[in-house]
Amino acid sequence: MSPQSRPLSPHLQVYRPMYTMVLSISHRISGVFQSIGMLLLVYWLVAAAGGDGAYATAAKLFGNPLVRLAIAAWIVAFWFHLFAGIRHLVWDAGYGFEKQVARRSARLVLVMTSLASLFTLALAWRHLGGGA
Amino acid sequence: MSLRSPLGYVLGHGSAREGVHHWWHIRTTSAALAVLGVWFVFALLTLPDLSRGSVVAWLGRPFSAVLMILFVFSMVWHSLLGVQVVVEDYVRGKGVRVLVLVLLRFIHVFAGAAALFAVLKLALGGKA
Repeated sequence: MSPQSRPLSPHLQVYRPMYTMVLSISHRISGVFQSIGMLLLVYWLVAAAGGDGAYATAAKLFGNPLVRLAIAAWIVAFWFHLFAGIRHLVWDAGYGFEKQVARRSARLVLVMTSLASLFTLALAWRHLGGGA
Repeated sequence: MSLRSPLGYVLGHGSAREGVHHWWHIRTTSAALAVLGVWFVFALLTLPDLSRGSVVAWLGRPFSAVLMILFVFSMVWHSLLGVQVVVEDYVRGKGVRVLVLVLLRFIHVFAGAAALFAVLKLALGGKA
């Protein structure tokens, strides 16, 4: 059988949206999103190593409101991916597959993400507001 | 006796015998990142400011520099394994898929090398 004609397992557009499944795809999206952020983080390190001029250029970029918004989104993505990732590790260990438990852990991930994000953003406000 | 046909074997269908390795590395790096990522976020938040002087002083401390190198390495490795799965799932067409996978690998190795060099430079000789 050629790769193109192999059967495809049911996926996102097939099932009715459930929040356990929305959480699952969000894990991927937040992961890929953070991969992009990783490049910006590397740029920041290289700029710091490059000297005052390079760091000033980077600081200008990080001062851009859109970039700051993206950083705020990366903070949320970080916490979400972390808590959802722990949920995945618990599944890997063989626990928490029951429907009710999976739904409860999904809600817990969202609550923890919100709390950690608000806490981090409140602390980061000092840096973001005070200029990089 | 193998149930796989010689043709299927040559075309590369079926297990590449690398799945568990990939799976395990995603998990170990995720455990490392759960610790190192939280350390990084709070290290940044507790800096007096984000001026270059503060960053140089922070990464000039051996403890911070070593954790930063570990953080960058687990992050790059975890990110590469992660986007690889996403590409394998969503990019159809074998040629494009291989090309994208190789490109992503190059980008990640480059990012890792650049970050390592930057942290070492800051740690070993970064006078503010």
